[in-house]
Amino acid sequence: MLKIKRSRLQVHKVILTALFFFIGITMLAPLLWMISTSFKAENTVFEFPIRWIPKNGVGFENYREVWGQQYQFGRFYWNSIKITVLSTAFQILISALGAYSFTKINWKLRDKVFLLYLATMMIPPQVMIVSRFVIMQKMHLYNTHIGIILMTMLSTYGVFLLRQAMLGIPDSLCESARIDGAGHVRIFLRIILPLITPSIATLAVLKFVWTWNDYQTPLIFLSNRDLFTIQLGMKVFASESGSIYSLTMAAAVSSTLPLILVFLLGQRYIIDGIASGAVKE
Amino acid sequence: MPQAAKTMTIEQRLEQGKRRKARRETLAGIAFVLPSFLGFVVFILVPVLMALGISFCDWNFLKGWGAIRFTGLDNYMRLFQDDWFRISFRNNILFTAVTVPVLLVLGLVMAEVINRHVYGGTVVRVLIFIPYIASIVAVCTVWQVMLQPSYGPVNQFLMSLGIENPPKWLVDEHWVMPAIMLINIWTQVGYYVAVYMSGLKNVPNEIYEAAAIDGANGVRQFFSITVPMVRPTTFFLAVMGIIGSFKVFDLISVLTSGGPGNSSSVMAYYIYKTAFLDFKMGYACALAWALFVVIFAVTMVQWHFQKNFSNE
Repeated sequence: MLKIKRSRLQVHKVILTALFFFIGITMLAPLLWMISTSFKAENTVFEFPIRWIPKNGVGFENYREVWGQQYQFGRFYWNSIKITVLSTAFQILISALGAYSFTKINWKLRDKVFLLYLATMMIPPQVMIVSRFVIMQKMHLYNTHIGIILMTMLSTYGVFLLRQAMLGIPDSLCESARIDGAGHVRIFLRIILPLITPSIATLAVLKFVWTWNDYQTPLIFLSNRDLFTIQLGMKVFASESGSIYSLTMAAAVSSTLPLILVFLLGQRYIIDGIASGAVKE
Repeated sequence: MPQAAKTMTIEQRLEQGKRRKARRETLAGIAFVLPSFLGFVVFILVPVLMALGISFCDWNFLKGWGAIRFTGLDNYMRLFQDDWFRISFRNNILFTAVTVPVLLVLGLVMAEVINRHVYGGTVVRVLIFIPYIASIVAVCTVWQVMLQPSYGPVNQFLMSLGIENPPKWLVDEHWVMPAIMLINIWTQVGYYVAVYMSGLKNVPNEIYEAAAIDGANGVRQFFSITVPMVRPTTFFLAVMGIIGSFKVFDLISVLTSGGPGNSSSVMAYYIYKTAFLDFKMGYACALAWALFVVIFAVTMVQWHFQKNFSNE
């Protein structure tokens, strides 16, 4: 009786598995179409029925053009890498230092300052864009990468996330280190940081993806084309050569494929990180 | 007597040492928090206060500081007569009311099936998650081409099915919001599935086994076990989803710029447009505070319910 039931269960599982793989592939269809189109000649882009494997494709010709002199995708790439890496690294450092101060050091006003941090978390960034724009202009940071990095490297969310992780570390651990004569810097570097590595990894992944995909910040704070990030470059490209669809698709693949590849390599880590960090900026 | 004096000094000394230690602690505390606090003051606290001030003024940024005029509540009164504001707000509500429930239902059903009734669930999870990780600008550009009204693949497909006048999608004011909402659901559903799947990990398998012995089938188990057990996750996703959809910007900015006309404008896009395309800084701030009120209300409701949850 039980045996019959189990084998019946497997049949329905097989059907559902097939169905869900089909759904998964269907969901990827737009992205597959993007990749396929990026290898096509312009006059075959809209052939119907869709030829997923391009016939008489142009190879990497579209890519060569996108990355070439005229459109400078290489430069956009470099700008994005620079901003994303620096902003992520500094955010982790600053957030970890702040979180340490909020959990492992006793000082007056500590909890009041943290409450102030928390209170601003529900204010939408739209409230701040106008005054940030004015401040950046006044500080001569408008239209600079440093400005973008400075502005995006602080997040109350990062402090909040790492504070949660540090709250889980017993104070007795720090106290015994203090008795052995270790100062705060030493405790921070040698005890706390190694223990919260998983949370740091989560924050790093989230922050990296957010910054790489961030479109609004560069849109508002950069106007010099040489400084554009890949997202902004992609948008400008699409509005300038939007009617040359094969080129646009090559640009779109260039702007998103690296992140997808990184994701596929570390997918388990990234999905779990995003699902557990589960708050969006 | 001399003994008492001696204890006094020891106590005093201890007291002094304690105070010195407390001062050192305070200094260390401030030193550690300083980098983040400076950033907080310059890029969050001051901007918020400034935004409040600017919202009571009329100010064209291009004309410099001298052009600021205090106008009291004028900006806020204007909100009620502003067509763009009304439509943007309505679109935000429509967007939230459609996408959040659909994502919650799709996310939970798919997570349940992938978790319990599918072989190789992690692979499926990855496939569904890819649109979420892909850059929104690239994704929007692809959809723009795919939804091209006369020869885009989507409409060619619909025409091959015999539909003679397929919708013009992003260039038709009646179809633009449905199209945007569909694209949004497509990009977000993987995130909802992933969060639900990690929530489902905490539901013990024994409950399902017990239910199966009692004769409950998969559908019954879903409604009587899964749905109640993941309620905290649902709650969290709902609140985040509502707040997130009131802040939606990239999708609209890249796909339509609020068009055709103003039929697909949303609050975040209208604020951007008012400030950086029309240069009305004061009015943009007032709009932003209106957005804040909505998000604040949602957060308050969340806190209220969360308290009730933990009291249970």
